[in-house]
Amino acid sequence: MPNILSLVTFLPLFGALVLMLALRGDDEAARGNARIVALLTTTATFLLSLVILTNFDPSDPGFQFVEEGEWMFGLTYKMGVDGLSAPFVMLTTFLMPLVILASWKVEERVKEYMAAFLALETLMIGVFCALDLVLFYLFFEAGLIPMFLIIGIWGGKDRIYAAFKFFLYTFLGSVLMLVAMVAMYRDAGTTDIARLLSHEFSAGPIEIMGWQIMGGMQTLLWLAFFASFAVKMPMWPVHTWLPDAHVQAPTAGSVVLAAILLKMGGYGFLRFSLPMFPVASELMRDFVFFLSVAAIVYTSLVALMQEDIKKLIAYSSVAHMGFVTMGIFAANRQGLDGAMFQMISHGFISGALFLCVGVIYDRMHTREIAAYGGLAVRMPVYATVFMLFTMGNVGLPGTSGFVGEFLTMAGAFQVSTWTAFGAATGVILSAAYALWLYRRVVFGDLIKQSLAGIADMDRREKFIFAPLVACTLLFGVYPSLATDWFGASTEALARQVEEARTAYHEAAPKSALAALQH
Amino acid sequence: MLSADLYVVLPEALLALFAMAALMACAFGGQDRWASGLTWLTAAFFALLGLIVSFRDGGQEAFGGAFVSDGFARFAKALILFSAAAVLALSENYLRRRRILKFEYPVLIAMATLGMMVMVSAGDLMSLYMGLELQSLSLYVVAAFRRDSVKSTEAGLKYFVLGALGSGLLLYGASLIYGYAGATRFAGIAEAVHEGGLSLGLLFGVAFLCAGLAFKISAVPFHMWTPDVYEGSPTAVTAFFATAPKVAAGALFARVLFDAFGEVSAEWRQILAFLAVASMFLGSIAAIVQTNIKRLMAYSSIAHMGFALMGLAAGTQQGVEALLVYLSIYVAMNVGAFAFIMCMERDGAPVTGIGDLAGLARTRPGQALAVSALMFSLAGVPPLLGFFGKWMVFVAAVDAGLAPLAVAGAVASVIGAFYYLRIVKIMYFDEPGLSLTGSMPFAHGLALTAAALVMSLGWAPGLSGFGVPELAATAAAALFN
Repeated sequence: MPNILSLVTFLPLFGALVLMLALRGDDEAARGNARIVALLTTTATFLLSLVILTNFDPSDPGFQFVEEGEWMFGLTYKMGVDGLSAPFVMLTTFLMPLVILASWKVEERVKEYMAAFLALETLMIGVFCALDLVLFYLFFEAGLIPMFLIIGIWGGKDRIYAAFKFFLYTFLGSVLMLVAMVAMYRDAGTTDIARLLSHEFSAGPIEIMGWQIMGGMQTLLWLAFFASFAVKMPMWPVHTWLPDAHVQAPTAGSVVLAAILLKMGGYGFLRFSLPMFPVASELMRDFVFFLSVAAIVYTSLVALMQEDIKKLIAYSSVAHMGFVTMGIFAANRQGLDGAMFQMISHGFISGALFLCVGVIYDRMHTREIAAYGGLAVRMPVYATVFMLFTMGNVGLPGTSGFVGEFLTMAGAFQVSTWTAFGAATGVILSAAYALWLYRRVVFGDLIKQSLAGIADMDRREKFIFAPLVACTLLFGVYPSLATDWFGASTEALARQVEEARTAYHEAAPKSALAALQH
Repeated sequence: MLSADLYVVLPEALLALFAMAALMACAFGGQDRWASGLTWLTAAFFALLGLIVSFRDGGQEAFGGAFVSDGFARFAKALILFSAAAVLALSENYLRRRRILKFEYPVLIAMATLGMMVMVSAGDLMSLYMGLELQSLSLYVVAAFRRDSVKSTEAGLKYFVLGALGSGLLLYGASLIYGYAGATRFAGIAEAVHEGGLSLGLLFGVAFLCAGLAFKISAVPFHMWTPDVYEGSPTAVTAFFATAPKVAAGALFARVLFDAFGEVSAEWRQILAFLAVASMFLGSIAAIVQTNIKRLMAYSSIAHMGFALMGLAAGTQQGVEALLVYLSIYVAMNVGAFAFIMCMERDGAPVTGIGDLAGLARTRPGQALAVSALMFSLAGVPPLLGFFGKWMVFVAAVDAGLAPLAVAGAVASVIGAFYYLRIVKIMYFDEPGLSLTGSMPFAHGLALTAAALVMSLGWAPGLSGFGVPELAATAAAALFN
């Protein structure tokens, strides 16, 4: 199929249009239909995306399934995936049917709810498939609209504050990236990502208002992209929107946010910051390492203090994303592999953890840790599933969480011992907060009256968790299933960065000499 | 020669004859009983003229260069005529329900439109001023069209006094330019600048000219009249203010600066860059505290003019192209938004508080969706078309070495996003209060839907922005020949 990527990308949007235009009324039947249409659309998208999975050639580091067409304003419509983006496309299409299933009990404005999620799926897949700078930006930014509505309409008590914070924080980061994109377009004369990847952006020092800027244009562009991706990721200290957004968003919104939307930041670093500005990435490496370790240690400590289950998991997400940024900017094979793996694995685990919260929230309508205790007595299946994902979150060997953390630390260790040391401390802290959460919610005696009648997971819920459990274990014991997929691409990326840096360092003394002679 | 000249100004001549004939016919004939029909007829005539203008061949001059009908002028004229036709078609219902539909209204709008057409075709300071004043004088009257309302009369008076001040500044600048260049033709001025450079007198002249035009386009710091006039005028008139005159003033700005002072663009680019930054920020920040949707749209238009002027500040052909694309998108968004605002009423009385929109997503989901699309587009969020307008001006600005201006624009657009989001929030997140009553007339529904669809689908590959970017490129090229 020649247009498979566009097909996969826009199929959910088509489903959303069908929902909005064809379905009338707001009775129980209409709501049921909306759910079914959404489930069918996401499932069809997933099945269609299997075509990408089976036809993808993992040994080829270049772009595959490339589509190119005329657009407007001198831009091109170009789609394609490589080893860095294909896993995320699969992650998205795989998780979306589960997300829809998890929202089965939503009763308020079901049609709009499902349409928002379907539109969001299109935009998320689009981000990972876009091979044109402006097309990427378009998908990247447009995703804010449905998420803004999802948090604002179906969210909790302080949803409006959270929705605005989410939108404006991310928007500010992104518009700076937009200006940088304009500058790149001007410098390279193209917005085609494939051609930009081979374009060399000047790294010669420049002077602005008496300040000498090392790495010159690369550094400026890098900073603008960093503003966007660091917020999206999110990195400490610009992570504060995430706990608010997570707590207020409905369960499915949290799952999508944690499992996929956060990955856009990491993907952006891998796709743009590192290969296009390799010199600036090196100059900024210690800065990123510092922020990563701060994120890992600080947010883990903050997580220990949380009273709200969702907030705790949100902070743990920030900590885990710290491993990703650390791995990416270590820029060696282990670091990159680890970052990719960590992002995919975090997609399963954090998504599942938010679903776990959703299960008990649906029953008790509270997320306060203190309101629970002794769930193991009444909910053995739930306790087991929650246990598995808690262990995955801690990074227990045998779960996919371990592989990512280990590889990123191995990668960082080669570059900076202290960074790896700091990150390792975070692993201990993560065990502390995750196990403590688990103990307070699941273990102990069931003394709370309100919990006496709580029911275990029903068939639908078990069905949602089954594939997530399988993936977490499968990738935990057989990680090369994933690493083989993106291995060629990460290797090529690591080599490209290495070459660019070597060239820069060889040229740098000469240019300094030339500057002296002048 | 005269017949050749008349051929060039044929659309303008036709419109002038139409307006005068309509005035006579109604004054001695059916008076206000004919007002409704005349409004529709005028709108249809605008649309027809728009088509005629679009398909005529360009590149001609009349009256020795005082009137230029090139591709640039034709693009701007078509945009003015089509948007005026749309707004006029929408206002008939609004004015009729408010019982202020008088036959003078379409006639005055026709006169104002004629003035705008002359403005964008001006090749001489005289024709520039003539067009500008014809437009302004007509608009002063329509601003005060609801005679029994204090606010409306106040708006008209305020607009008149401040507008006269703006015209005075412009005239002063024009006289300085004439004094130092010895010519009123743009070509003559350009020649004088080419030979003698920009003398101090000319520089002052340009500055005053810019001030006068900035007043007409309502750029900061000459924007003070805008919120009051927008709020006080009947909504139909506000809709008109927000669309066609902006195009005319923007195009005139480009015309006079490039045709007469194109060679010394470095001098006036700073003025425009300042106007752009000040407008973007003041418009965005001041809009945050507004509770009246008409005032909010006023500040929104100030901010948008800032973005449009950024294209002009680039001082390049690409910049003019960006300006034209930006104005086209802006006009389409505003026609749609005002189609909705005109229909905001409760128990027959118009309401304009943004709090009155609370819970609109529940009571009128279709309209709420369309308005949200327009709001996101106004905020410049992709994939809506409003984003591409910003992309064009940013590219033009960075290309011209004005990267800091683009960064300022980016920051301002985030601030601006807040108040557009607030409207979406009120419609979608708030519980319905006293809901709006009354139904939306077909024409308004059509305009709103069409605008929302254009904004949300315009990016689709294959539609290529409905050909507007291409036409704008041709038009901008015409200005530089």
